[in-house]
Amino acid sequence: MKKILTTALLTAGALSLYGCSESKKGIDPKVHTDSLFAVMKADRTNYTKLIIKRLGPAGAGAIAPEEHWKDFDNGAPLPAQMFRAGAEAVSEMTDAFTYSLQSNWPINKQNAPKTPVEKEGLDYIAANPGSNYYGEETLGDVTYFTAVYPDVAVSDACTKCHNEHKDSPKTDFKVGEVMGGVVIRVPL
Amino acid sequence: MKTYTLWIIWLIAFLAGLTYFIVRLLFGETKEEFLIGDTTYGHYQIEMACETCHTSPFGGTEVLQNACTQCHEDELEAANDSHPKSKFTDPRNANLLKIIDARYCISCHTEHQKEQTHAMGLTLPKDYCYHCHEDISEERESHKDLAFDSCASAGCHNYHDNRALYEKFLLEHSGEPSLLENWQNADVNELPKITSTLPKKEALTKESFDAPPTFARQSIIDDWHQDAHANAGINCSGCHQTESQGWIEKPNHEQCADCHQQETKGFLTGKHGMRLNPDLTTALAPATPSMSELNFQKEASHLTQGCNSCHGAHTFDTQTAAVDSCLGCHADEHSLAFYESPHGKLWQQKKVQPNITAVSCATCHMPQVETTINGEQFLLVQHNQNDNLRPNEKMIRSACLDCHGLEFAIDALADEKLIKNNFSGKPPEHIPSIDWAKARDEK
Repeated sequence: MKKILTTALLTAGALSLYGCSESKKGIDPKVHTDSLFAVMKADRTNYTKLIIKRLGPAGAGAIAPEEHWKDFDNGAPLPAQMFRAGAEAVSEMTDAFTYSLQSNWPINKQNAPKTPVEKEGLDYIAANPGSNYYGEETLGDVTYFTAVYPDVAVSDACTKCHNEHKDSPKTDFKVGEVMGGVVIRVPL
Repeated sequence: MKTYTLWIIWLIAFLAGLTYFIVRLLFGETKEEFLIGDTTYGHYQIEMACETCHTSPFGGTEVLQNACTQCHEDELEAANDSHPKSKFTDPRNANLLKIIDARYCISCHTEHQKEQTHAMGLTLPKDYCYHCHEDISEERESHKDLAFDSCASAGCHNYHDNRALYEKFLLEHSGEPSLLENWQNADVNELPKITSTLPKKEALTKESFDAPPTFARQSIIDDWHQDAHANAGINCSGCHQTESQGWIEKPNHEQCADCHQQETKGFLTGKHGMRLNPDLTTALAPATPSMSELNFQKEASHLTQGCNSCHGAHTFDTQTAAVDSCLGCHADEHSLAFYESPHGKLWQQKKVQPNITAVSCATCHMPQVETTINGEQFLLVQHNQNDNLRPNEKMIRSACLDCHGLEFAIDALADEKLIKNNFSGKPPEHIPSIDWAKARDEK
């Protein structure tokens, strides 16, 4: 009986400790950012293919994807603007993570990489198609887990617009190529 | 005198001073003593409604930010703000925010520092663009030799509102003549006026007035009968009688708002009516010209601002309200030059040829704008005369482009002398923004 009680107590103790360590550990930042990127990529791809490509000038011609879309009755935000609008709306709701779209060949120069991790990350994903980049950096007084994911041209709507834009530093993008990166940050 | 006597005198003086300030703070009708500096032109009218901005005595930047957005959020949204807070919240901008924390209005517009406040309420050095756009000449060859304090002061860019200045807009309007061919159709708009949303009633006869005999003067009844109100079936009691107060001898904006809600909202947002805005935490007397630093007609110095100040009770003549009412008070160089200006001459011509298109003060400063109510579009006179005033390029789309080409409008609005003489003459200098946009486009 004594043995059984001792074993039961030890087991309960071990289980409770296991539970504690689980709750403290939480979700791995990498799994967290990978999951966030999966949602972002799905939405971004869908908006480009299902809305811009299908309803824009290359499709039904019902909408006008346009940088200054608010000036047109049928104006629609460009995919990059739509992505940014999502990031801004998220920042209104939470500061648990932030994300942005950047590129080594940005049309808007403010979207070029700024921090060393961003620069290294964007170089890495361009040189290693299909791979992600993970790092840590301190910005201001906060340390972040920073993940950089490849942003791939999913449609000729992406390549055509970028290749023909007068401010684009690169004019030979092809569908399937890495055009930039999604940078996700989680404060540690 | 012994030391302890000095201490007692000091203590009594200290307590008397402390008591005075506590009483003034808690019970004083006004709190001038607590103003930490002169208030800028934007807010001086409401500086005694302290708690409107300082909503919490323990509040810091966030509290003030909420106060700013409470009043200015809608106009920034309408302006397609080029630098919204959301552009700066990403951690990658942390190093930039150390220089200018652009997430907060007060970083660039610090109130109560009038002596170091530039145009647009800017309290930073005018070359602030440098901090984020120092390498602009690498992107734009044309910008190579430009000074950073000229970005937002030469008619090319604004920090918030670039609706008439962005590159594609410039290109779309390039090559337009100074005066558009169809300028005479400028006031033709097929949208219904917002007053068409009001319930339709039969026009009233002169004999049907319902004012009590003590108030029923014949001249007033004659004016009312000639006015749009009698024509729209609005009797005396429609404005003068309320359920809670009974007969009101002098109705104010609150009674007008019963039918003219949108117009009143604009009035209460602008310089004319902001002291009467119900969102103020302290009730203030209506504005008078004497409160302002602008030049006004001496005899108008103490006239109070209300709907009837410009519209004239019982006549409500919009032609009078559009020019004569303005010039009855405003006596700055721009206003005094109106009748001798091309705009003013056209306006005088309209008096003998009512069907021509002419330009009044209101055409530019209180333009008719499109507004949407329940999904339908209507024309509304913007009664906030500040809505398109500063920076003055805001006026381009809501007024200038009805008659003028964009290039001419940009040049004209960039010239201070031309503004003072009410646009009598041609712009002496040319702002090359359209030329540069074209050159880039043709590359």
